[in-house]
Amino acid sequence: MQRRSFLKQTIQGAVLPSLLGGLSVKAWGNSPFLKALGAADNDHVLVLVQLSGGNDGLNTVIPLDFYSDYNRIRTNIAIPESKVLKLNNNLKTGLHPSMTGMQQMYNDEQLCAIQAVGYPSPNGSHFRSMDIWLTGADSEQYLSTGWAGRFLNQQYPNYPVGFPNDIMPDPLALQIGSVLSPVFLSPTGFDALAIDESLNFYNLIDAIQDPVPNTPSGVELTYLRTIAKQTNKYAEVIKAAAGKVTQQAPYPADNFLAAQLKAVAKLVAGGLKTKIYMVGMGGFDTHAGQVNGGNTLTGNHSALLKQVSEAITAFSADLKFLGVSKRVLGMTFSEFGRRMQSNGSLGTDHGAAQPVFLFGESVKQGVLGKTPDMPASNQAIDNVPMQYDFRSVYSTILRDWFCLPPQQVDNVLLKNYQYLPVIKSTACNMDIQDLNNLGDNLITNYPNPFTNSTKITFKSAGGHTLVQVFDTAARLIATLADQTYAQGTYTVTFNSSTLGSGVYYARLQNGSLQQVRPMLKVKG
Amino acid sequence: MNKTLLPEISFAENKTAAPKTLGPLTEGLQEYTGTWDTAQVVHLLKRTLFGAKSQDIQYFKSKSLQQAVDELLLPTAAPSTVPLNNYGTGGYTDPTGVALWQTWINTGIALADKDLNLKRVESFKTWWLGQALQPSRSIHEKMTVFWHNHFAINTANSGDKLKARFWYDHYLTLRQNALGNFKTMAKAVTLDPAMLYFLNGDTNVKGSPNENYGRELQELYTMGKGPNSKYTEDDVKAAALVLTGHTVSPTTFTYFFDAGKHDGSNKEFSTFYSNKIITGYNGAAGAGEVDALMDMLFAQDELAKHICRKIYRFFIYYKIDSDIEQTVITPLAQVFRSNNYDIRPVLSTLFKSKHFYDLVYSSACIIKNPLDFVIDLCNEFAVVMPDPANNEATYAVWECIQNEAREMQQELGAIPEVAGWYAYYQEPAFHELWVNTATYTRRTVFTDRMIADGIMNNGQTIVIDPIAFASQVPSPGNPNLLITDSLAILLRYPLSESAKEFIKRSILLSGQYQDHYWTDAWDAYIANPSNAGNKAIVLSRLKTFYKYIMNLPEYHLC
Repeated sequence: MQRRSFLKQTIQGAVLPSLLGGLSVKAWGNSPFLKALGAADNDHVLVLVQLSGGNDGLNTVIPLDFYSDYNRIRTNIAIPESKVLKLNNNLKTGLHPSMTGMQQMYNDEQLCAIQAVGYPSPNGSHFRSMDIWLTGADSEQYLSTGWAGRFLNQQYPNYPVGFPNDIMPDPLALQIGSVLSPVFLSPTGFDALAIDESLNFYNLIDAIQDPVPNTPSGVELTYLRTIAKQTNKYAEVIKAAAGKVTQQAPYPADNFLAAQLKAVAKLVAGGLKTKIYMVGMGGFDTHAGQVNGGNTLTGNHSALLKQVSEAITAFSADLKFLGVSKRVLGMTFSEFGRRMQSNGSLGTDHGAAQPVFLFGESVKQGVLGKTPDMPASNQAIDNVPMQYDFRSVYSTILRDWFCLPPQQVDNVLLKNYQYLPVIKSTACNMDIQDLNNLGDNLITNYPNPFTNSTKITFKSAGGHTLVQVFDTAARLIATLADQTYAQGTYTVTFNSSTLGSGVYYARLQNGSLQQVRPMLKVKG
Repeated sequence: MNKTLLPEISFAENKTAAPKTLGPLTEGLQEYTGTWDTAQVVHLLKRTLFGAKSQDIQYFKSKSLQQAVDELLLPTAAPSTVPLNNYGTGGYTDPTGVALWQTWINTGIALADKDLNLKRVESFKTWWLGQALQPSRSIHEKMTVFWHNHFAINTANSGDKLKARFWYDHYLTLRQNALGNFKTMAKAVTLDPAMLYFLNGDTNVKGSPNENYGRELQELYTMGKGPNSKYTEDDVKAAALVLTGHTVSPTTFTYFFDAGKHDGSNKEFSTFYSNKIITGYNGAAGAGEVDALMDMLFAQDELAKHICRKIYRFFIYYKIDSDIEQTVITPLAQVFRSNNYDIRPVLSTLFKSKHFYDLVYSSACIIKNPLDFVIDLCNEFAVVMPDPANNEATYAVWECIQNEAREMQQELGAIPEVAGWYAYYQEPAFHELWVNTATYTRRTVFTDRMIADGIMNNGQTIVIDPIAFASQVPSPGNPNLLITDSLAILLRYPLSESAKEFIKRSILLSGQYQDHYWTDAWDAYIANPSNAGNKAIVLSRLKTFYKYIMNLPEYHLC
């Protein structure tokens, strides 16, 4: 790790520019100096699974420790307690009954859930919130590049000039079955290619690969399509990789996500060095009919989660069958979770923080974070308060899966985010502290309830420490601490004189640790 | 000058996989009386103008088909500008005293300064591109490009031999006759100083004739090489003799007839020309033989057919089988002859014909040439052009567009072959030759840059404003109509309903199922366009949408 980062700096900073000036693009790829540069020089692969529409987190990772609260605020859609799938070594939470496959993965130590992942001041627009998740922006920040695009651009700075080459003969990233996602936008354009699940370029949908008519325009379109295919430098390597894999473990039929993941497994096992794959499915916008009346075990959401669970489970089994399971880490995400309370249409409206799943042999079994508070005062507009910033998930993947030095992680994410103890230390030979010690009260406030102000006391283990206050809609109200502290206990004052009464959340973030403390403001 | 050798490019890789067997031709030149709606208007405009602009579509839809075609065929006034000194930068000063952004066309007769002349030739070519970019509802500039391809010249081959002024005059000759009489044009081009130099007419003299122009006049400009064009080598020699003495004055640099260099003997032609004998004259009267030569050429049925085939290949499709020959070319040539070689009746007949509006056969089958590809995009997306009064900015943008088309292998004033651009004569691939793996990539890079951050030259940026484009369709907030109405302008090849559904859901709805998400986003933007968040949401989706459309192979067809 250290050796490589040293090499990289030396060569890029000093030797490389003078060398490159005189070398042709072809010579470039063969340069022995550059071979040392393959930044993500492990063979790790990330598979992003996007669940479009806003997945209802509270009916995916279901609270058992506060089941009665859960049942009270979403009676018409609540999953019966006895049907919630139990998890080994975890009594607090369970999974939706459709997710038997992922339950088994959890119990086999291949699945981890991170509770309440979001960002300060969430945006309720599908579009905007998705853009935020894909670009890694703040709520009021507009980025023209995606987080994966920035990562790939840092590793392969000149792409597409000089690519493919010996270091990276394959596409940097592949998106299966859709138009290219903004997640792959780099400063030099898209760092990814789109292919369909049958591994064809440009044939993204059945309609566009319809046989052309026997007319002049049909003849010319056929010609243009042929040239378009030839133009793609990567068509052959993808075809070759896919051709190497002739047998795969079974996948469920009529499952679009499974079909996409099957293609990914084939390409990974076929030897592509591609770092990131993106797959996805839609339909999670369950404003109505999320469950069927009278039987909350059925309905749209149940069917969607069944597809997700079966697809990911089959994918995991296939990776194992193909002998590449150690190389792959998966992550599911949506643009937001949904409201804590259900609505009158047997559904849920747009919310904020959501659970994120990581899967693969390198994840640590566990559910990181706490069941959100669901107090009696809960309002229809109340959101799940954020516990983990979504960019903390990215930073963890970059550091602990792609083995990037922390400084580079910060460059990609444009800021420093906490690392989460969710990936095994063996993945990058990192020394990851197991700090998921949520028993201590690391952040408290007094008085509580309070009127005009309250004092917030927090413990820092040293290093960068952040204290934020959110309202129940997850809007960021105040940042009370955001600097480096020596190890110790500190107190800051939260001035609430201009705020309405109700619940507020104080959130502490320090290294891998975070805690959220509910606070109640009352009228004076 | 001889034709240059074919460059070493392999046509094999351009072979179309599918066999070129087409369905039966059903319609001929009879006047079309069917539906006259957006599809027909866009088809007509894309073929006759540089792209179909939204306002032009509305304008011509409000006319009848006859009115629309008649108006498109109206000649327009000669350019109101002239090429300017755009080269007096970076410390360079025009030695003849022409200041930056002043015209050079009336100065610097002498050719001694080849470097200066080349700079002026570049200035002229850039300015010509600028003429094609001018907003217009006339076919005039496009027709000038057609005749440029017909009487192809290449300044790159003789740029240092020919005064830039000659190229400029040549353009004016083509333009002046583009919608006039072809016989008049053929004679004018024959005596045009640029052509006299380019094909060595200036050194075609009694005693040692140069056959270059006498050959191309028949092979390329009038008779062609069709199966019924049976002129002989002796006819080439005889035509060359007729043309001896027509040259350019080495002092005034204007056309003149040098009677002393003219061969005054009688010129005998082959049976193809009915053993015609053009009586030779000595002295000034010898100049008149060129009219006899024109009369002889224009008496041949083959001439009109040759020109009509070229018009057909340029405006409809390159494949001419016996069906097309019988139902379109032959009657069209008859129109040409019976109108005494006036060009407009031919175009009028064609653009009003059933065959032209047989959209199943005749639409979306031309692979856009690079000029069309780049200029159509600028026009259809209404890319903002600089204030015409700002010469520096205007030339910067013209150069930028010129560079793009050049990279895609087409440049005005620089046709690689005397026979024209390969795409209009090289069998069997024709238009397909515009597109290979290299140029297809260039085209995609161009559209990607135009929809992303634009292309900059000398401080000027041209860029697509996707919000402005979307705003001009009637219901941009309705994702279905936004797609349908955008495609009606941008694509002539129909996308299926499921393709449109895919585009809507994957791009405009970002994976959602309900149309109102796009409507809400658009309405929020309209309600408060200065809100950065509202704008970012619609902008990123529209960029992705139009990029996706322009990345489709279908986008190259018109």
